[in-house]
Amino acid sequence: MTTNYQLKRADFIFKNENDWKEVLSKNISHPPQKLINELISSELKGRGGAGFPTGLKWKLSAEAVDEIKYVICNADEGEPGTFKDREILSKVPFKVLTAMAICGHVIGAREGYIYLRGEYFFLRPELNKVISEFEYYCREINFDFTIRIFMGSGAYICGEETALFESMEGKRGEPRNKPPFPSSYGYMGKPTVINNVETLAHTYTIFKYGAKRFYDLGVQYSRGSKLFSVSGDTPKPGIYELELGMSLVDFVDEFGDGDTKAVQVGGASGFLVPRKRFNETAIGFQGKLTGISLPTGGSMMLFNSSRSMFNVLDNYLEFFREESCGQCTPCRVGCQQLLNGIKAVKRGEKNAQYLDKLLRLTETMQYTAKCGLGQSVANSFSSIVENFREEMIY
Amino acid sequence: MAKTIKITINGVTVEIEQGTSILEAARQTGVIIPTLCYHKDLCVAGNCRVCVVEIAGQKRLAAACATPCEEGMEIFTNSFKVRNSRKHIIELLLSEHNADCTRCYKNGNCELQTLSSEYKIMTQDFIRLVKLKNYTIDQFSPSIIKDDSKCVRCQRCVRTCAELQGVNALTVAYKGDRMKISTFFEKAMNDVVCTNCGQCINHCPTGALVEKNYIEEVWDAIADKTKHVIVQTAPAVRVGLGEELGFETGSRVTGKMVAALKRLGFDAVMDTDFTADLTIMEEGTELLTRLKQVLVDHDPHVKLPMTTSCSPGWIKYIEHMYPDYLDHLSSCKSPQQMFGALAKTYYAKMRNLNPETIISVSIMPCTAKKFEAARPEMHDSGYRDVDYVLTTRELAIMIKQAGIDFMKLDDMHYDRLMGESTGAGVIFGATGGVMEAALRTAYELITGRDVPFENLNITPVRGMDGVKEASIKIENPLTDWAFLDGIELKCAVAHGLVNAKKVMDSIISGQSNYHFIEFMACPGGCLGGGGQPIPTSPEIRRKRAEAIYAEDEAMPLRKSHQNPEIIKIYKDFLGKPMGEKSHHLLHTKYTARKRY
Repeated sequence: MTTNYQLKRADFIFKNENDWKEVLSKNISHPPQKLINELISSELKGRGGAGFPTGLKWKLSAEAVDEIKYVICNADEGEPGTFKDREILSKVPFKVLTAMAICGHVIGAREGYIYLRGEYFFLRPELNKVISEFEYYCREINFDFTIRIFMGSGAYICGEETALFESMEGKRGEPRNKPPFPSSYGYMGKPTVINNVETLAHTYTIFKYGAKRFYDLGVQYSRGSKLFSVSGDTPKPGIYELELGMSLVDFVDEFGDGDTKAVQVGGASGFLVPRKRFNETAIGFQGKLTGISLPTGGSMMLFNSSRSMFNVLDNYLEFFREESCGQCTPCRVGCQQLLNGIKAVKRGEKNAQYLDKLLRLTETMQYTAKCGLGQSVANSFSSIVENFREEMIY
Repeated sequence: MAKTIKITINGVTVEIEQGTSILEAARQTGVIIPTLCYHKDLCVAGNCRVCVVEIAGQKRLAAACATPCEEGMEIFTNSFKVRNSRKHIIELLLSEHNADCTRCYKNGNCELQTLSSEYKIMTQDFIRLVKLKNYTIDQFSPSIIKDDSKCVRCQRCVRTCAELQGVNALTVAYKGDRMKISTFFEKAMNDVVCTNCGQCINHCPTGALVEKNYIEEVWDAIADKTKHVIVQTAPAVRVGLGEELGFETGSRVTGKMVAALKRLGFDAVMDTDFTADLTIMEEGTELLTRLKQVLVDHDPHVKLPMTTSCSPGWIKYIEHMYPDYLDHLSSCKSPQQMFGALAKTYYAKMRNLNPETIISVSIMPCTAKKFEAARPEMHDSGYRDVDYVLTTRELAIMIKQAGIDFMKLDDMHYDRLMGESTGAGVIFGATGGVMEAALRTAYELITGRDVPFENLNITPVRGMDGVKEASIKIENPLTDWAFLDGIELKCAVAHGLVNAKKVMDSIISGQSNYHFIEFMACPGGCLGGGGQPIPTSPEIRRKRAEAIYAEDEAMPLRKSHQNPEIIKIYKDFLGKPMGEKSHHLLHTKYTARKRY
């Protein structure tokens, strides 16, 4: 099945018309319900990778009854191969702050936090300046909303929303059991909206131009545009805003170096697509009619034929082995077994059938791990091992 | 009546209370779901994933312990997917576990062993990860051995140390494959705030945390004909030991225990309850003295409230956490150490023995007692007062090793001199017991009458509430105690160090004005001690407490000052409570310690 969708560039996120003051004051005069409806009809889905409908997220938190609520911007951009949030925060931070404040208005929160990745420490001084300017304007228009930066410390797992709350609360960054979900029990046990940086930037677009403008981009189930962090064996690495729903073959035509062997969609926790499947793969959220459609936080890594897929997988697994928080068995021990397992097969200490045992193990990890980290290790593992089995063995 | 919802478990529809976890709902309907990180005493962690179940309509499995039931939920606890996943998880745990069972102290009482024996995983071909890691065994503590190679990272010990004890000596360190349970800066257990309470041992499902055992040392001493080996048994041991030897929870096995100890070859079997009674005499007198010093003499150096000092876990806790408040502690040694000091003085003198030949062993429900016996100040007899401390569990092991059919033993009595006790000594084993025993004696000392409670049962200080309060109004005291007339004696009882912290903080903030407080480190008091049989749960502790109070009711004497051997020891040896000899042998000092 092909979607036959041409690559379409879009330019919303980084277009800076410096009109955030109007967007903010106009939107906070609207009733929350109107804004929620606008978001829902835009069909915006979370741009961090999981793709939860943003309008629904805001709605659930707005409905939760509590004096204190929080808005959190997840800027713990840790997925290997993703670097879009950094650019948003350094180029158009006002859009993110404005979107947070509008979210505060919608759900009834007066405090917002930006959870900034530890490695993005250099962004902090500039961001703080922007925040004070923003807060100054809020006071001017009598809108009670403050934003603070919380620095992460470099753990990948803290990008997981509940681990992020734990980290902010001063505890060890370990994911919580769900339910309860953040919309009712988030930071400090209070109803919390937590959105990715890019998601917030898109809500700015929606609140400025209306839902239709956004909805008209992309395809069914995958509306709107998205930033892609293109890296690997490509002549033009960088960040590109493209409409969702494109076919991978079009993407490779545009960004490949003519020798593209495979593309890793969605970073280490995403899927590897080999050349023979470029044609049938689209980039977007999965729906009933779209065929093979891969969601992504925006990371697109291209590999050409000079790359050993064993080394690629080995690299991912090293990453997961180290970045698992270590609390749940399937993820902590599973990642160690997968890494040691492929090495043992490569060295000939285990026979090739051992790979099948490891594939079954990834299935268990997917079913039983406590959070998205352990559940998604299966994605890259199975897509690489199934498509490049010989490279694993010989 | 809470709202009920309907769910289906393995095809059977049941009605359960809203908010019930899948695990609990299954247990209520007779379906067993295996668990590992789950423990009734602790908050739900949901991290071992052994309890996963399938919910119709969901691709992923759910942890039964951490997932609340919802209306109409269709749950499968034994589907193809569940079984395969569970076996995988157990296999993963085993691959990371030093499964050298025959050389493990917990062999035979290990939850991981039970799980793997149930699931019969014969093809364990995952790579053995234990070999790849550099594990060291921490054996520096006199009480606790920590072996990371046997750890399954369930974090029960971490939650125990934080939630039950508020000590946080054990925490999680590192992440990913290096994640482990560790201490502050990975120091040894004896160099950190650890109170040696042993609750982590009681809650550990495997052999990662065990007591340091002195079984062989005691066997050697018994075999040595030149040694006179005497043994004392703590109050709570008699209501716990049975659990290890085939009796139901909450069985009183005092007589059989004495018989077994004699068969093991101890030269004299005596009772810590005797020194518990002695503690009441000393501590009660100390309390009244302090009351007089504060209320009449207005001595600014004397501190109230006075707190008990029987629990060595509590002592180490206050030394670390509240070093400025050590003056509030009673100067009395714990019953174990009083016994030890008297064993090599009073007992040696009365029996005409050279104290050098005496080996003093104690059977305790406690691992902190091992540390206490090793404290440098506990040498007042001129020798180490207590040579070896065994837990209830270690005694059970010795009884099994000796081939004694415990259930068939006839009851025997303790030996004379330091073997007689009262009900007041027995209830030391339960939370509130020291308080109750002290009040029985002190009130009578002051007024000449029995405490104004039916049948001497001071019920407000009994039970499993974390912090209990009681007050007794003193009316018509004897002339010596006239200054106490009309005073309401305010008491509090706290068990579990997290509750001790609450009381201490309320004292420091000035919110409470107690006169006397009983602190016990372990939940439920000594009967829930870190040396008691494993497993433990609120239900088990409740049953042991019932047994303790039944033992008290059955005693002919129930007030410490009535104990004829106590009267005798003061007449023949000690003189009077808080006298010079008492001061030398039965009282001690405390050491301020740092947290780090």
